[in-house]
Amino acid sequence: MRKSLLRAVAAILIVAAAGMWLAAGANRGWSKTTVPVKRTDEVTGITVDDYQKRFVPGIDFLGAALLGSGILAGASFLFRAKRPQT
Amino acid sequence: MTNHTTHMRTKGYLLLALACLSSAALAVPETFDFKDPKGVNNATFKLDAPLEALSGNATGISGTVTFDPVAPAATTGKIVVASSSMHVGNPMQQQHMLSDKWMDAAKFPDIAFEVKELRNVKTTGEVTTADITGTFTLKGISKEITAPVKFTCLKDKLSQRVPNQKGDLLVIRSTFNIKRSDFGIMPGQMEEKVSDTIELTLSIAGASPQ
Repeated sequence: MRKSLLRAVAAILIVAAAGMWLAAGANRGWSKTTVPVKRTDEVTGITVDDYQKRFVPGIDFLGAALLGSGILAGASFLFRAKRPQT
Repeated sequence: MTNHTTHMRTKGYLLLALACLSSAALAVPETFDFKDPKGVNNATFKLDAPLEALSGNATGISGTVTFDPVAPAATTGKIVVASSSMHVGNPMQQQHMLSDKWMDAAKFPDIAFEVKELRNVKTTGEVTTADITGTFTLKGISKEITAPVKFTCLKDKLSQRVPNQKGDLLVIRSTFNIKRSDFGIMPGQMEEKVSDTIELTLSIAGASPQ
């Protein structure tokens, strides 16, 4: 039971992390806590990137999820399957 | 008849003198302040290393430039970028970038460019292009660099940005490359992740209130 639960949590973790990463634009760089939002001054024509607080997961986020998922899946092997009693 | 001709000539000379005076008045160089209340002035930096690309900007711009659209070659001035205003999206990269190993923003708070001379000056309407040479100071090391520059002088446009304030605007744009190794920023180290070449783009507007 515990074995199945750990494996299920591991699978959910990696699928959820991958889904979140893809939904946020599949950023192949490091995770960001601020993102640039362009603003243009109408008179001068100058465009500036204003940084706004937003979390964008990167490959480090995916790596951490993969590691966590691997630990959970690995831990599941510590539990022995119950043998049917004869 | 002769008196009338002399009178007309005198009038003509007077008009010519007035025209000369007014053009001389136009030729007065203006000093533009680049502390922007709108927070639009910015310097962006881009690094493209084999393993990693990094980009960000700095908005802490100040300084003054004296510019005369009639004699743009005589431009003087200094633009300063506050090191601490440099920003990248990743907080760890931001911390590393400003640390004593890289930019050492605490010890070297200013990145500066001081104009020495302009060459290949061409003016078309309100736009002047040139090759600008000056002293670029980064992390306490000063080097002479030359970069292409574009000045756009916007006459009487200040009131459109700052209500109830008459005056002119000067927009300066320039893109050029520097090498971090030239300025003692971790020379020869981690070049696979942090490229030696840094592309800098300056987009700033200065105001000259009247």
